[in-house]
Amino acid sequence: MDPRVAGRAHRLNPFSLLVRDAGWFGVVAIILLIALVGGTLLVLLTASPAAVLSTQLADPYLYRVVGFTVWQASLSTLLSVLLAIPTARAFARRDQFPGRGALLRLMGLPIVTPVIVAVLGIVAVYGESGLLNRYLEPIGLSWRGHFYGLTGILLAHVFFNLPLSIRMLLPAWERIPGENWRLAAQLGMTAGQRFRQVEWPALVGVLPGTISVVFLLCFTSFAVVLVLGGGPRATTIEVAIYQALRFDFEPGLAAWLALGQLGICLILVVALHRWLRAQPVSRGLKTGQPRALGFDSVGQRWFDGILLTSVCGFVALPLAAVIWLGLNGPLARVLSNATLWSAAGRSALISTLATTLALTLAFGLTLSARRLSTRHRQQAAEGLLLAGSMTLAVPPMVIGSGLFLLLLPLGLTFDIATALVAIVNATLILPYLVRTIGPALMNSGARYQRLCLQLGMSGWQRFRLIDWPLLRKPLGFAVALAATLSFGDMGVAALFDTTGMLTLPVMLYHQLGAYRFNEAAVTALVLIVLCALVFVVVERLVGQWRS
Amino acid sequence: MKLIYHLLAATGIALASASALADKPALTVYTYDSFVSDWGPGPIITKAFQATCGCQLKLVGLEDGAALLSRLKMEGKRSRADVILGLDTSLTGEATATGLLAPHGVELSQLDLAIDWSDKVFLPYDYGHFAFVYDSDRLTAPPTSLRALVNDAGGPKIIIQDPRTSTPGLGFLLWMRQVFGNDTSEAWKKLAPRILTVTKGWSEAYGLFLEEEALMVLSYTTSPAYHRHVDKTERYRAAAFSEGHYAQIEVAAKVAHSPNQALADQFLAFMLSPEFQNIIPTTNWMYPATRSHTALPAAFNGLVSPKTTLLFDASVVARQRKIWIREWLDALTD
Repeated sequence: MDPRVAGRAHRLNPFSLLVRDAGWFGVVAIILLIALVGGTLLVLLTASPAAVLSTQLADPYLYRVVGFTVWQASLSTLLSVLLAIPTARAFARRDQFPGRGALLRLMGLPIVTPVIVAVLGIVAVYGESGLLNRYLEPIGLSWRGHFYGLTGILLAHVFFNLPLSIRMLLPAWERIPGENWRLAAQLGMTAGQRFRQVEWPALVGVLPGTISVVFLLCFTSFAVVLVLGGGPRATTIEVAIYQALRFDFEPGLAAWLALGQLGICLILVVALHRWLRAQPVSRGLKTGQPRALGFDSVGQRWFDGILLTSVCGFVALPLAAVIWLGLNGPLARVLSNATLWSAAGRSALISTLATTLALTLAFGLTLSARRLSTRHRQQAAEGLLLAGSMTLAVPPMVIGSGLFLLLLPLGLTFDIATALVAIVNATLILPYLVRTIGPALMNSGARYQRLCLQLGMSGWQRFRLIDWPLLRKPLGFAVALAATLSFGDMGVAALFDTTGMLTLPVMLYHQLGAYRFNEAAVTALVLIVLCALVFVVVERLVGQWRS
Repeated sequence: MKLIYHLLAATGIALASASALADKPALTVYTYDSFVSDWGPGPIITKAFQATCGCQLKLVGLEDGAALLSRLKMEGKRSRADVILGLDTSLTGEATATGLLAPHGVELSQLDLAIDWSDKVFLPYDYGHFAFVYDSDRLTAPPTSLRALVNDAGGPKIIIQDPRTSTPGLGFLLWMRQVFGNDTSEAWKKLAPRILTVTKGWSEAYGLFLEEEALMVLSYTTSPAYHRHVDKTERYRAAAFSEGHYAQIEVAAKVAHSPNQALADQFLAFMLSPEFQNIIPTTNWMYPATRSHTALPAAFNGLVSPKTTLLFDASVVARQRKIWIREWLDALTD
């Protein structure tokens, strides 16, 4: 290289270096993200006097809340992910049984079910007077009196996050080159050795992302923790933030709490990523586990069968309860109500806006992260992905209220409420997209970077021919998940105006607030069916799923 | 071709009617979710008021009374609200302190609440009493007083709402305080083993109760009227407590800087008219603020009617709320 050019490159400031190495797309995305989160926090911080804050932040009760939040989130994550690893593995090994596709789609549903609906479903099955207790009591097996408390919280969090983790981990197995399995067979590796040498290196590429998303979800869990926790002993930081913004109107305190929450999550997530470093991706020509290698023992088949049945049963029962309640509700009356369908339309609009925005940001971040990592700037790459997945730690209500205060002087808050809700929703779903697209792009980069350089392939050509085939399956899941999450999320609609913002979840809450529990059950059914439909359509279109 | 003309004509009419609406002055009322919903009073009231006012009534539905107050505080002088509707007496003290509200100037003699009302800023439109609703299929002898509920270690399990996030939750906290005074902490500790869970809002609590998770849930004396009126069942009843029941009085107020003062006045006066008051019982499931002047539907016959109404002065609640919530927290987390 011309020494003068090299010299000039070294004199570039860090920002220009970043733009050079990351590409403008990612830099714009990260600036937008930081401006949004930072701007909203800042406007809240300046909205209340600092003097009162110091005493409130010194309250020992607050630290008990922090302690409980970390404790329940860690336990929930541990349980969810530890169960998800063998289950995802079983799904990967049994890749042809009838109904597999349907079961995998089922795994996408719990997380998109509105919290209150899911909780009522969980309670109907596992609660004090739930289905299981009713049948188990006569034979002396009952947990009456023990459900509310940590048990209830963990059960609900595993219900939401075990299926999500399974879907996020599964692509790891799909990326293991067939050559590796053959090699393992030639070397006569035991099951344990195969897990350590063949599966673990692939798993470690997706594990930190999955763990951090699940951890953030459990950490910021709010209504579930209150309703199943059995009392104020079970309180998360998110409850304190809600209280500060809503009943006490102390935006400054809310912003500090949100910052604290973000800080704690950031430290834990960074530590996790340090601990579970992604290993170099092994290259191969074919993916998928060859069947005829003699790995499949009878015992393993039984193990997988029992595991899949129990996990799917555990997840399906509460959903079945929700569907059953819906089918027994006043179906005709609710379905013939035109408001229901216009609400569904508005939900679809918000979901489309939010998903588009989040997808653009996610591609900006992940493509830049890959570019950085191929230029050996691993830390910057990880930083970008981290930033994209940390928005889960910032309460939507904080971003919503901050945006509201920011836009108040412009007098626009009424007219662009839909856009505001979509923006807040986008920050909520961004982490799922980043954590799903990220590993797939990194993987494709590690495998084909040299080939692409040799062929002089870049930009759109490279994306279309090299990345897209590897990306579309995980992307299909991520987009479906993001779209349905945004579709079924109550979000911050109630912060602006629910009259003009009548979405399906808002309608559901209206019905619940007016004693119409049976009509709400039908609305919940419609919501779940539509979410399942979105899953099928998006996964087929984007992910090219046959089934 | 014809179709295109029809479409054009239809668009023209739509535009014309939209601009006709736009020409009319608009009155913006901030309220809570369940008021504006299809099942609440909102739609009927909008129709009735628009028929007489020559204006457009814009109802803005926020999550709950607390959201309403925090929205007002956030917006301050920039608020587009002309009227706020849906605060209750545990929030009015703090609402007064914002200095954003103006006197209503409405004649109060037509009011018939459970208590005397003389507030010049807040005008009540309905009221109710908190009560524990129980499932008579599973509980035949409900406690007859709050003391009995608290003291009976073998008593029924209850579901309540969190006073930090819900107005009924805060109402129960104040009820406990009214009955137990300085011994409230002790009372909470005695009650704690029988609190099945504490939910974020009313809906979660009532939903769990209907799934038979607990025998009693904190709600209103008027809740059984809903089940009679709509579900045609007598199964769910409210337990009458001998100490009396804590009241929730829902009020509206005019925003001082609103440019639509006359319309706002007209709306507040309309609030106490029979048209508004008559639909409150079966849409908001509360008692109309002009109770004796309003015919109640049959479902309201024979409901628990507290002999004593308990209520703290709004200024006391504003001053003590945080302290008492803290006391509750300490009692239940020890």
